Amino acid sequence: MATFLLELVSPERLLLSRQVEMVTIPSLEGDMGVLAGHAPMIVALRGGTVRVQENGAETEVLFVPGGFAEVSPDRCTILADEATPLASLSRGEAERRLAEAEAAFASIGAEDTPERREAVMNRVLAMRSMRDAAQAA
Amino acid sequence: MPSLKDLRGRINSVKSTRKITQAMKMVAAAKLRRAQSQAEAARPYAERMERILASLGQAVATMPGAPRMLIGTGADRVHLLVVVTADRGLAGPFNTNVSRLARNAVRTLEAEGKTVRILSVGRKGANFLKREFASRMAGEISLLGKKRIEFADAEAVADRIVAMLEEGGFDVCTLIYNRFRSVINQIPTEQRLIPAPIPEGGAQVAATGPQAMYEYEPAEEEILATLLPRNLAIQIYRALLENNAGFYGSQMNAMDNATRNAGEMIDRLTLNYNRTRQANITRELIEIISGAEAV
Repeated sequence: MATFLLELVSPERLLLSRQVEMVTIPSLEGDMGVLAGHAPMIVALRGGTVRVQENGAETEVLFVPGGFAEVSPDRCTILADEATPLASLSRGEAERRLAEAEAAFASIGAEDTPERREAVMNRVLAMRSMRDAAQAA
Repeated sequence: MPSLKDLRGRINSVKSTRKITQAMKMVAAAKLRRAQSQAEAARPYAERMERILASLGQAVATMPGAPRMLIGTGADRVHLLVVVTADRGLAGPFNTNVSRLARNAVRTLEAEGKTVRILSVGRKGANFLKREFASRMAGEISLLGKKRIEFADAEAVADRIVAMLEEGGFDVCTLIYNRFRSVINQIPTEQRLIPAPIPEGGAQVAATGPQAMYEYEPAEEEILATLLPRNLAIQIYRALLENNAGFYGSQMNAMDNATRNAGEMIDRLTLNYNRTRQANITRELIEIISGAEAV
């Protein structure tokens, strides 16, 4: 099967850079499968799992709390805010960060801008999916 | 003429100074390696971010109601300078160079009749600038005691800048930091953050045809609204890392020089010590001989 170059980078390092068959990315508007030859796109990501397929089997699953992806026919670049392999996701850590995000959400008042409120809410949603992912793992 | 005992004391004290500078040099070299690899690891993200921003910026910059972070407030009256320095000294001219660049920038801007506000990251720069521009300081951030610079630290700085922008605290934001060219060469640099400079590559990519015709999901504006603050954080993160690597490079150099100078001083003092000792022996001999002759 045709392959394309997948790059997964976080601000702190380059996590993946190799030829893969398919990757599923958690776009803001639903999960999206990317194969070689995909139409060029720039998408925003929500919290969720990035799934990588090589030789017909799923080889890597990583959790990302948000970010962007740039898709072009021969390449897919994921700019994740951070990325953790599902296997090394700790449940306690996820719970703690969810609690933090929820506290921030609870403390938000009417004086905050809609953008800020949305950002905080997205954070809660991202952390929720992180906990769910940790639970599933 | 110092006595032999004095000279011995001085030689010993310079020797222990040399031991300290040598140890500091080793430590700086080890930390430099780590800081450098961290700075390199952050590069791919920044590069790809720039590429996305280039294609997006082209599409949005001309639209009315483009975000403020991209096009600025339209005015050019209040300037915010973000000055990144190290928290510690003993690194040669490292901190002074950036601080001096910042001072000159403040003076030129004020000569043009602009209002200047300063946000300093790092203790050394803050101390330097506070002496002259205490009334312009908008805030100080110190990363003292952090083992490792994390992206969250840069995000915190970026959040502060965004908050200031939202309340109309400034029109133009410039970052001043030491760019890490090599271990022995750091260049104090000014870089404009807001309005965001659109990378040059964008126009060329667009010209090469259909490849650059991206679809956006969600719409351009919405992506930009999250992308721009992130880009700001990335730029600051890069500056922090380069500053960190440059600091250790500069410190290593300074300590290398100090060690060499101490060595030279020890040689000189030792020579002096031996001469004095020899002179003493000669004098004693003369005394003995002339005493024997007198008998």
